[in-house]
Amino acid sequence: MAGLRYLEDVITLQFDVAKCTGCQLCTQVCPHGVFAMDGSRAKVVDRGACMECGACALNCAFGAIEVQSGVGCAAAIIASYFRRGGEVSCGPDDTADAGSCGGLSGGCC
Amino acid sequence: MPGSKVTRPRLDQPFVIGSIDTLTGPVPLVPTELTWRDRRGGYRRRWGIGRYTHTVDPGLYAVGAPNDLSPVLVTANYKLTFDAVRRTLVGRDIWILVLDTRGINVWCAAGKGTFGTEELVSRVSSAGLAQIVSHGVLILPQLGATGVAAPEVRRRTGFRVVWGPVRATDLPAFLDSNMRATPEMRAVTFPLRDRLVLIPVEAANVLKLTLAVAAGAVVAGGMGPGWYSIARALERAPLGIAGALAAIVAGTVVTPALLPWIPCRMFAVKGATMGLIAALLIDVAFLGAGAPLSLAAAGVFAVVGSSFAAMNFTGTSTFTSLHGVEKEMRLVMPWQALGAVLAAGLWIAGGWY
Repeated sequence: MAGLRYLEDVITLQFDVAKCTGCQLCTQVCPHGVFAMDGSRAKVVDRGACMECGACALNCAFGAIEVQSGVGCAAAIIASYFRRGGEVSCGPDDTADAGSCGGLSGGCC
Repeated sequence: MPGSKVTRPRLDQPFVIGSIDTLTGPVPLVPTELTWRDRRGGYRRRWGIGRYTHTVDPGLYAVGAPNDLSPVLVTANYKLTFDAVRRTLVGRDIWILVLDTRGINVWCAAGKGTFGTEELVSRVSSAGLAQIVSHGVLILPQLGATGVAAPEVRRRTGFRVVWGPVRATDLPAFLDSNMRATPEMRAVTFPLRDRLVLIPVEAANVLKLTLAVAAGAVVAGGMGPGWYSIARALERAPLGIAGALAAIVAGTVVTPALLPWIPCRMFAVKGATMGLIAALLIDVAFLGAGAPLSLAAAGVFAVVGSSFAAMNFTGTSTFTSLHGVEKEMRLVMPWQALGAVLAAGLWIAGGWY
């Protein structure tokens, strides 16, 4: 991923090492190597690589990880401006052409 | 769970070559080789030809001659994903559990929650999986973790989730090493090949907008002394169309291809840089053929349009965060809006001067 890093200072990832039990799930699900094991507990080793996908927080059974997750997608953010609630996601519902993509008729996915 | 109704995918789907008898009835058997028909469907889907849905029935499938000890791979019901998984399983006996992601790939579907805990729990139940395998293990693609909470799946189904590799091509190595993933298998990358494959999709996404801008430029190009002249519109049309084309090529082809090597982390700035080069090229090409203001308009539009198109590539990329993109948009969108107004003003003024 040399040359492929993004804006790092706004990442919302929070890790509470005191709640970590060392199950290692976060190190397995993170697609960018943000976590690594440090002895019997996890440690954030590359916070700036976080893309806020939320996989780690969802899979931490002990609530040690918090992140305001969402998709890093300009088209989805623009679509959210025009939507009630304004949540940022790939296509707000199951209709093909609502939102930016993720529908059955094309889009980024 | 046990006792609930078991449902099976249809046996008459074109890629099904037979069935395996189980205690819960026949399970469709699929080959590991793709046919020309599978491949044609993939190309059509990628280039947006035809609007048919590219899905497989959700539920349990068999590869080879699996038994109660054979591994269970979980995947999405996007046909390209399903094909990418089964073609790696040459010579193996394996179950494939397909979730209903409405024809969307694993990562996008996980982000939406359709490749999610609820769907997995109910699919394990409706496939009667507990009566088919005895090992209690589900192998999931790592990128499904955005939608699936492994601890909750364990609690609700008794099945333990093992996070498999990111890429289907690593499945053989993963399965052969006692389900251990190397750091390379866990890492999402974004190599040139992946970026190039996505170019048609990117271009198609902004094609309508580009055509609208080009048409608008051609129509507006007729304005000038004497109010309106079709001859003038036609005379200026090539430059207007060139500006729109420069923007789409710079923003959706050049910027994605050269992404890691263009300076600055913000995609919009990368796109503007490539747009500037494109602007210089078309201005040189049209030097003498267009008025200075018109040349400036086409150039400014190439920069702004490329910047906007490149900004939209954040969603296609594999490493941008929500809050990063929000920050980028806050910083660049006022300038993009200003540039768009400037380009339009210069273009209209170019009819007079």
